[in-house]
Amino acid sequence: MIEHLAALQVVIPLLCAPICMLVRYRDWAWIVALFGSWACLVISWLLLQQVIVGDPISYHMGNWAPPLGIEYRVDTVNAFVLLIVSAIGAVVTPYARESVRAEFGVNRVYLFYTSYMLCLCGLLGVTITGDAFNLFVFLEISSLSSYVLIAMGKDRRALTASYQYLVLGTIGATFIVIGIGLLYAETGTLNMEDLAKRLADQPLSRTVGAAFGFLVVGISLKLALFPLHLWLPNAYTYAPSVVSAFLAATATKVAVYVLLRFLFSIFNVKLSFGVMPLDTILLVLSVIAMFAASAVAIFQPDIKRMLAYSSVAQIGYMVLGISFANVNGIAAGIIHLFNHALMKGGMFLALGCVFYQIASVRLDDMAGLGKRMPWTMAAFVVGGLSLIGVPLTVGFVSKWYLVVGALDRGWWFAALLILLSSLLAVVYIWRVVEVAYLKPAPENAGDIEDAPPSMLIPTWILIGASVFFGINTDLTVGVAKQAAMQLLGAGG
Amino acid sequence: MTGGTAVAFAIGLPIFGMVLILLNDRYPNLRDAITLATSACLALIVFGLVPEVTSGGRPGFVLAEIVPGLAIAFEVEPLGMLFAMVASGLWVVTTFYSIGYMRSHHEENQTRFYACFAIAISSAMGICFSANMLTLFIFYEILTISTYPLVIHSETKDAVKAGRTYLGILIGTSIAFLLMAIIWTWFLTGTLDFTPGGILKGKAEGPILGLLLFLYMYGIGKAALMPIHRWLPAAMVAPTPVSALLHAVAVVKAGVFTVLKVIVYIFGIDTLAGIGQDDWLMYIAAFTVIVASCVALTKDNLKARLAYSTVSQLSYIVLGAALANSIGIIGGGMHIAMHAFGKITLFFCAGAILVASHKTEISEMDGLGRVMPFTFIAFLIGSLSVIGLPPLGGSWSKWYLMLSAAEANLIFFMIVFMASSLLNIAYLMPLVARGFFLPERKDDHHDDHHEEVDFWNGVRFGKIKEAPPFCLFAMTITSAGCILLFFYADRIYKMLAPVAGIQG
Amino acid sequence: MAAVGLYNYWIVVFLMMAGFYIVIAHDNLVKKIVGLNIFQASVFVMYITFGKVQGGTAPIIADGVTTYSNPLPHVLILTAIVVGVATTALGLALVVRINEAYGTIEEDEIHDQDDDT
Repeated sequence: MIEHLAALQVVIPLLCAPICMLVRYRDWAWIVALFGSWACLVISWLLLQQVIVGDPISYHMGNWAPPLGIEYRVDTVNAFVLLIVSAIGAVVTPYARESVRAEFGVNRVYLFYTSYMLCLCGLLGVTITGDAFNLFVFLEISSLSSYVLIAMGKDRRALTASYQYLVLGTIGATFIVIGIGLLYAETGTLNMEDLAKRLADQPLSRTVGAAFGFLVVGISLKLALFPLHLWLPNAYTYAPSVVSAFLAATATKVAVYVLLRFLFSIFNVKLSFGVMPLDTILLVLSVIAMFAASAVAIFQPDIKRMLAYSSVAQIGYMVLGISFANVNGIAAGIIHLFNHALMKGGMFLALGCVFYQIASVRLDDMAGLGKRMPWTMAAFVVGGLSLIGVPLTVGFVSKWYLVVGALDRGWWFAALLILLSSLLAVVYIWRVVEVAYLKPAPENAGDIEDAPPSMLIPTWILIGASVFFGINTDLTVGVAKQAAMQLLGAGG
Repeated sequence: MTGGTAVAFAIGLPIFGMVLILLNDRYPNLRDAITLATSACLALIVFGLVPEVTSGGRPGFVLAEIVPGLAIAFEVEPLGMLFAMVASGLWVVTTFYSIGYMRSHHEENQTRFYACFAIAISSAMGICFSANMLTLFIFYEILTISTYPLVIHSETKDAVKAGRTYLGILIGTSIAFLLMAIIWTWFLTGTLDFTPGGILKGKAEGPILGLLLFLYMYGIGKAALMPIHRWLPAAMVAPTPVSALLHAVAVVKAGVFTVLKVIVYIFGIDTLAGIGQDDWLMYIAAFTVIVASCVALTKDNLKARLAYSTVSQLSYIVLGAALANSIGIIGGGMHIAMHAFGKITLFFCAGAILVASHKTEISEMDGLGRVMPFTFIAFLIGSLSVIGLPPLGGSWSKWYLMLSAAEANLIFFMIVFMASSLLNIAYLMPLVARGFFLPERKDDHHDDHHEEVDFWNGVRFGKIKEAPPFCLFAMTITSAGCILLFFYADRIYKMLAPVAGIQG
Repeated sequence: MAAVGLYNYWIVVFLMMAGFYIVIAHDNLVKKIVGLNIFQASVFVMYITFGKVQGGTAPIIADGVTTYSNPLPHVLILTAIVVGVATTALGLALVVRINEAYGTIEEDEIHDQDDDT
């Protein structure tokens, strides 16, 4: 059993999906999903424990030896990402029960769990696989199911948002296929490790250069790097609350992982940042993302959309860390990947609670909520403080390592920009605080209670974790540093 | 109780008090009693630490490690001890005052007020006792956030607007500059511990040190160096006890305290004096001293005038630190205590006037001294201490600061100190003079139909209409403190001598 | 001559650009899907092309044949086609739903309706 963990990580949610479909009854489907997501969490935890102390795990699908067979390869980097994704999945599923019941037609609930399990399966698959083409397949599984999830939103604009995402996402995925194809044409292999070896041995050819370009653009589209982020705000705004929380906390993170994997493991630092001027490009784009997206977030009347733009900005921080191409910078990127998943996931869940009670997430409708839904709004505020980067929250740890990474690289102006841009976060978070706490509730507002415990507890688990990991950084920083060294070491 | 536990208690006790305060939301008397008890216990604990620290002990403990090599750790040294004594001692007095003021003024949300107050004091204790720059920074930020609900206490439009300025400047400067400086220091030296003699010596070139100094000085927004002083006048919308303790003592002194700490323990005064990168800081501080005093002259609102006076007085301390010699550090440290007592008295009086006669503008206060003699005498004592006349505490710190300028051979700054004293007279004395010597205004009787006077909201005795007894009591203590400090200044000197590198 | 010999790739580039252009330029949601399909098809052609080995035959073991085309890209592209079909199906399903919700499948009209509300 234990040696098949790597396969089970993907197979369990994959099997749960059709089961959800077959049982149809909404609570049973929920139980299946709950089982699936919690099993994934356990497996990813076990995998991480194994790779922290030992060598990477290599699992041969169907006993076909790599490089011909498909290899699942778990090292510290993706074990950590697996843990993030499955942990978020495990927290979101219990929350989903109430929220989904309220936001979906009763008859469609089981469909939600089906696509949700598929999406989880896809994301985990992208992360765990050691085969470039297999990565594309899983990417498409996760993307297709997330189009479905987004389209389930109540607002009709969810449909157009989903459609827009579908078109852009498919273009991005196709770019990735082109890149992988070109790499295959050049090297004759699809196994990542093999690719890395063969690429390191030969001088840069035009094919490899083209492959590099296609891959970077395709992945950037998936991770919503400015200016390829256009699909993200609408998708997150109109998707059901659970879906926004889940996707915001996982989908873009997995895409960041893919970028890391390609830039450092498959290509190498010399090629990515030496021959190709990618560091400058990523630096400029991510800085623009940090400022432009945060500035746009300030003016959003819809708080979900505000958080969506804030996500674009936060992705900027991660990519910025990657662009430093040193241990501290990459570690900062990975730490922020984890931290942002916690805080943004928690904040979206809190908004889900708000939506559950007042059926709106517009700023004007949130007046006086601080007193009417104290627990929910407190979670939102703590998450917001973390987003700003106040000490004792995870956001602070991320900022700390990002700035150290920038100084390490000698880019002190970038360090200053990181800190300046977090001031914009103060502005958009404080807008909400002022309205929720200082504006009296409207006259006609009925008496409402706080959200049910089954929603509040998952929200507070994520928010609590974002404080806990702000104080105890052993896990995050330790693993992220190890992962960063592995990534840099692999590139030689 | 060992030193380490005492430190832990000093930081934890107010938090515990806050929880009790929140739990007793429905029982105002019990709640206020808890606040009083908490503050008294805190003062006892803090004063209990004094013998150990003066005899050279450095009690402390490590709470948690945030980043490998960087812990949340505490260690008491004399400068922090002094600040902690001032803050915790004055908290007791201010609590008395708050009870009188808040009840008489019928403020809303009193539970939130006392709870946030307790957190603010806890974080001030954290700042006092922190063993490294990271810990200090963390509590510095908590202090900012916990005082925000106090600033916007009234929840009016103006208060919310002022709250924005307050938060914007304090958070903005601290994240953009202070954090940058801290991380940079860490990057250069691999440590953030407060070390006698500084940690930056030999780790960086002159220009980099200059840049770091700039980042630190403008990162510490709470020190209210111009032009980032705007938050302090803005914070005056808060209830008077907040202005008194937090915006004349805890918060602003936390700022200058941090400045002193950074200069003494991060840069090291020898390093700083050696590189000559701090001239600009002296001139900026001198500029702030003079200009803020001039602005104070133009303000008719009493609290605004006092706020600008605080801005000016804070720069005394920054200037003392920037002079980078032992006497300057002692003078600066001493001024933390001296100015605290003087200014808190003045704010208490401003609040008392507001409560008893509902007046905020100086021009309306003609003849008020004869109605509120007690308050005005306290105001006189506080003013004289801030001006720096013997036999009041403020004279000593000014004396040492002037000596420091003389030692550095910088006559210009001696002139600045003297000119500023004259300006102090010009903006503080008119109120006393108006109060006692000008005839009362005729149109001021609109509040004669005032409600029943009871124990909680005032004292009436013939023509005399004074503030509630709790407030009067608090003013008595602080003005007595101003006088006592004159006679006990040598103790402070002895206590601070090791910090400045003088053998006591 | 070399450039002409690689005519497959010219076709790939032409299809890719044509498909991309349709996606960007057309307002009609169904046409966008068609464009997307053409775009993907170009990639299929690309994969199949570099699976071809000069002088090779279909990769089925037979007597007297020593050179085979590379079967792997073909297999890969079978998967890619499946993905493409799924995408198209989902896209068209979304268009149907959009048509039900808005009564139109023209992008600009949909935007107008959204702006009004």
